[in-house]
Amino acid sequence: MYLIQLTAKSDIVDTGAKELLDHKYPSTLDSVDLAETEILKAAGDAGFDEDEQHRIGMAVRECMVNAVVHGNRYNRNKQVHVSVGTAEGRFTIRIVDEGEGFEDSDVPDPLHENNLLRHSGRGLFLMRAFMDEVSVRKLSPSGTEVTLVKNVARSE
Amino acid sequence: MSVKIDTRKVGDVTVVDVSGRITLGEGSSAMRDILRDLTAQGNKKILLNLSEVSYIDSSGIGELVSGFTSVANAGGTLKLLGLTKRVKDLLQITKLYTVFDVHEEEAHAIRSFA
Repeated sequence: MYLIQLTAKSDIVDTGAKELLDHKYPSTLDSVDLAETEILKAAGDAGFDEDEQHRIGMAVRECMVNAVVHGNRYNRNKQVHVSVGTAEGRFTIRIVDEGEGFEDSDVPDPLHENNLLRHSGRGLFLMRAFMDEVSVRKLSPSGTEVTLVKNVARSE
Repeated sequence: MSVKIDTRKVGDVTVVDVSGRITLGEGSSAMRDILRDLTAQGNKKILLNLSEVSYIDSSGIGELVSGFTSVANAGGTLKLLGLTKRVKDLLQITKLYTVFDVHEEEAHAIRSFA
C-alpha cells in the first residue's frame, strides 16, 4: 500500500520498487526498539554497511521517539505507522503518528548558543545529520508524517 | 538490561563506569538518577567513564548535558572519559564535544581535577 502511495505522490512509475516493511506499532517505548530492529534488518538486506545501518538506526529511533512521546503521547489508542521501501536507489522510511502535529519551523536550532545546553530538542537535527533527506509534513486533521531517505548508492 | 552503572572512588574523584546503551527509558533514567544522587551526596569531582557505552540517543545526550549543568551549579565538575568513536562523533555533531572536558586516559583525567 505504501509504495502505491509513494508512486501516486511523486508520479514516478518505478518497476524496481520494493516494499520492505509496512507495520503499525502501539505507542510504547518497546515499539521504538522493535521498529529500530526491524528497519536495521531491512537496511542490512538493502546492502548498507554497518556504519550506515547505525546512522539509519539512530534516525529511526529519534523519529519513533518523537512519534510515540511527543506525537501520540504514549496514547495506547493511537498507533505509529511505519513503512519502508526501496525505489531507484533510495531507501525510504515513512513514519506517521496520530498526534496534534508540528511544523518543522517550530523546532529551535539545537546548535544555537542559547540552546546548546538544553535537555531536549536534538531529535530532528540528528535525523538530518544521519540521513540524506528528511521531510516533515503536518497532516490534516491530525498527525505528522516524517520521511527519511538514505541513498543506497552512497554506501556502495 | 540496557545500561549498567557502577561507581568507585579514586582519591577524591568519583568515577562512574557506564556500560551499555543510554537511550530514552531505562538507560537515560539510570543516568539521571546516579548523577542526581552523586550531586546530592556532595560529590564535586565526577568522572563519567563512557568507554563501554555502545549507543547514546538524544535523550542520553540530554542527560549528559543536564548532569553537566547540575553538577556545575552545585559547585562541582563533571568530565568525560573514554568516548567511543560513535559517541565522540555524536558530541561533535551536536557541538557538545568542546563543552565537556573529555579525556582518553583515566590517570590523566583524575590528575586534571587537581
